Amino acid sequence: MALAAELRCLVCQNQTLADSNADLAVDLRNQIREKMKQGVGEADIVDFFVARYGDFVLYRPPFKATTALLWLGPLILFAAGLVTLFNRIRRRRIPEEINLTDAERERVRDLLADNKPNQR
Amino acid sequence: MIPEVGQFALALALCVSIAQGVAGLAGAARRDIAWMSVARPAALAQAILIAIAFGCLTYAFATKDFSVAYVASNSNSALPLQYRIAAVWGGHEGSLLLWTLMLGVWMVAVTMFSSHLPDEMVARVLGVMGLLSGGFLSFMLFTSNPFSRLFPAPADGHDLNPLLQDPGMVIHPPMLYMGYVGFSVAFSFAIAALLGGRLDAAWARWSRPWTSVAWIFLTLGIALGSGWAYYELGWGGWWFWDPVENASFMPWLMGTALIHSLAVTEKRGGFRSWTVLLAILTFALSLLGTFLVRSGVLTSVHAFATDPARGIFILVFLALVIGGSFLLFAWRTSRIGLGGHFEVVSRESMLLTNNVLLVAAAGSILLGTLYPLVLDALDLGKISVGPPYFEAVFASLMAPALFLMGVGPITRWKKAELPELAVRLRWAFAVSLATAILLPFALGRWSALVSFGLLLSAWIAASSFVHLRERVKNAATGAGTWSRLRTTPLGYYGMLVAHLGVAVFVAGVTLVKGYESEKDVKMEAGDTIEVGGYAFRFDGVGNVTGPNYVAARATIHVSKGGNTVTVLYPERRIYPSQQMPMTEAAIDPGVTRDLYVSLGDALSPTTWLVRVQHKPFIDWIWGGCLLMAIGGLIAVSDRRYRIPSSRPADAAMAGVAARP
Amino acid sequence: MTRHFLPLAIFAALIVLLGVGLTLNPREVPSPLVGKPAPHFELPQLHQPAKTFSQKDMIGKVWLLNVWASWCVSCREEHPVLLDLAKSGLVPIFGLDYKDTREEGLPWLRRMGDPYQLSAFDGDGRIGIDYGVYGVPETYLIDKHGIIRYKRIGPLTPEIVRQKLVPLVNELNRG
Repeated sequence: MALAAELRCLVCQNQTLADSNADLAVDLRNQIREKMKQGVGEADIVDFFVARYGDFVLYRPPFKATTALLWLGPLILFAAGLVTLFNRIRRRRIPEEINLTDAERERVRDLLADNKPNQR
Repeated sequence: MIPEVGQFALALALCVSIAQGVAGLAGAARRDIAWMSVARPAALAQAILIAIAFGCLTYAFATKDFSVAYVASNSNSALPLQYRIAAVWGGHEGSLLLWTLMLGVWMVAVTMFSSHLPDEMVARVLGVMGLLSGGFLSFMLFTSNPFSRLFPAPADGHDLNPLLQDPGMVIHPPMLYMGYVGFSVAFSFAIAALLGGRLDAAWARWSRPWTSVAWIFLTLGIALGSGWAYYELGWGGWWFWDPVENASFMPWLMGTALIHSLAVTEKRGGFRSWTVLLAILTFALSLLGTFLVRSGVLTSVHAFATDPARGIFILVFLALVIGGSFLLFAWRTSRIGLGGHFEVVSRESMLLTNNVLLVAAAGSILLGTLYPLVLDALDLGKISVGPPYFEAVFASLMAPALFLMGVGPITRWKKAELPELAVRLRWAFAVSLATAILLPFALGRWSALVSFGLLLSAWIAASSFVHLRERVKNAATGAGTWSRLRTTPLGYYGMLVAHLGVAVFVAGVTLVKGYESEKDVKMEAGDTIEVGGYAFRFDGVGNVTGPNYVAARATIHVSKGGNTVTVLYPERRIYPSQQMPMTEAAIDPGVTRDLYVSLGDALSPTTWLVRVQHKPFIDWIWGGCLLMAIGGLIAVSDRRYRIPSSRPADAAMAGVAARP
Repeated sequence: MTRHFLPLAIFAALIVLLGVGLTLNPREVPSPLVGKPAPHFELPQLHQPAKTFSQKDMIGKVWLLNVWASWCVSCREEHPVLLDLAKSGLVPIFGLDYKDTREEGLPWLRRMGDPYQLSAFDGDGRIGIDYGVYGVPETYLIDKHGIIRYKRIGPLTPEIVRQKLVPLVNELNRG
């Protein structure tokens, strides 16, 4: 069942409740089945497990103050990346300032002077 | 005697690695030809010594020398020869030796294929690799010696974990490590560039083939791992977002970003410091993965059983290598410069956006993998982060990237127009949309997620076709289609095939997740169950004996519409050395579907638990990965990467002073 | 150019985190039941099936509930510690025979010694689930008001008894 695939087996710790063959996993799967037959809602079944085993049993971490960074992190990373990227692209459009030394400035003046109407 | 030779070889290799590192790096800094010329022979010597050590360990396994502690804990007298050899890398110490061996192989490759590179660069690259090798050799010699002896020697070994007694074990780790370690070459090139203060299109062209080959190996390694888990573990899953799987996937994502970024640096000279950063990050993730698997910091089915003391050593090594690299980056990067200008809509910006998405994806996976540790360290409780998180986050970030895959390649460099792109792609989009909306109906059930996945897959394929057609049609010279196809560079075909591989992969994932079905039932001889349109008849269980196990083997007769399709023989094996029962699933593979049957516990002498699964298009997942790897191989064969006997152009460039 | 130091800064934080991580145990799962009332149960006793035992019976006393089973290997490790603890008379110990059969549980106690005032019999393990049991043996310290004050997952050791249980029991007995 879909719910068992979202819960963690505490004995082996690296399998879902749906896949594990541990005794406890079998027991807990039966519990889920019974409760569903009794008409208990999914949210209540999840609460039942969390009350006994803590948030550790959930493979989908709940959205709480402590996990806000976890869930929002990817979005923040992506947004920050995009913003940085577009700022850099836009910043490049400003042509770079060219600083001339005095000697170079002189030369420029000379060259420009060469272009006066009364050229030799 | 032989193990001692191996240990001595490792110690010698350590000395050589230090010499290689010092001579290479100091020699390049001082522009001392004599010192720099030590690098190549040192690299070869090191590789030979490590190979000798590896040979000694293999010999110990092959001859069942249980006086060596590592052999005793990972092998057994009944273990068949091929698995005794694979067991060399079955545990922590041996896998470190494999890592180091792979590093030796890559060093030899750099030595052989670098005649066209300036001596300073080669000296630096080999110098860095030498130091890395020294780190791993120290780690082995001081904390994880594969050659330590046991007194008294036990009569028999403990055995290789039965899950690892499989052809997958022979090929998956070596491929994976070739990939992980291969990224150290790109890393070394980046460090060499930072040290030398020179980072330009030529550097990118030199780095690119090394990065691509490492990427090919990592792609194959991960795909093999996934395929192996699928048929070995018995419950039909192929990816679990397990911390160690994530540890291999993050360098892959970063490596993919690096390949794309190198393409820009090579063609346009842009993104230079970003590419260098990516090269460092990719290898950093490889090393981080090594740490996570061996330190005990995270629980994982793949984690080696080891202790925090070893964890400290790797952590310090990681801090020094990567911390040092980031420090070097911060210090030297301002010298490197910016590169060409480009517009907000241009191929450069799309490639950079692709990079942002891939890096965000890798970052998110890292976040999810380490988050439980963060909360635990701050004493804020224990949580689990599993597939529901990773799938949601990864799919959301990859969707835009997949969309860009269709648009990017046909976008012009430097400056492009969105309306023009839209016009060129409108038919591709229409076809993709139609496929996405109609195909699910043909497959039996419409769902928004399946449709979306198919849209992305079809989009990549359709826009690739548009690109190919444009390339062939827009012949300025009036040459025929065939001649145009022949003169197109292999780099382009490589990209095409690799991108198609991604499309196939996405299609496979979408279809299998959307349409797979399974049933978990108690069966007795004669019972039939129907899954996915096939009828599975349980024909009873018999006993079989293997070389080092006994098993209960079931016979399952599969038919469709009354015609026999196949007979499957799932087993439940008991390996006496381990006392744990193992299920060996029986699979009938096919291009359009896999049929998967696994045998569970016996509930009574005649009743067994059987799990039957129908997995449509699942082989497209690994087929897609194979296509990606083939695409990479085609791209690397491009003429411009062939090593010529002499390259006057490169030599001339080497003489040019560093640009601001 | 400070932004170029950003990767280094983030990496430094990561190293610190991983360093701290080396001191932690990722397999240890703390119980959310500590500080909450002990879940209700009413079970038949192991030795006298006709009688029942409930956590309610212990209100007003500080007591230890130890979850054990005849098939549990670590329980054998822990048993001498329990026997010593019972002899010291520090705190009454009650057993919860988890997912076991009477045919195996009773002889096991006879063989290993019985530190328990009595054992409740949880054959199908339902009460274990209510108590968040996942790795036998587990031990709960419950106060006079029926609130769980401490849970130990895994075998009890003399150090844990000395460092955690003794001070806590004394404190709870005073209050």
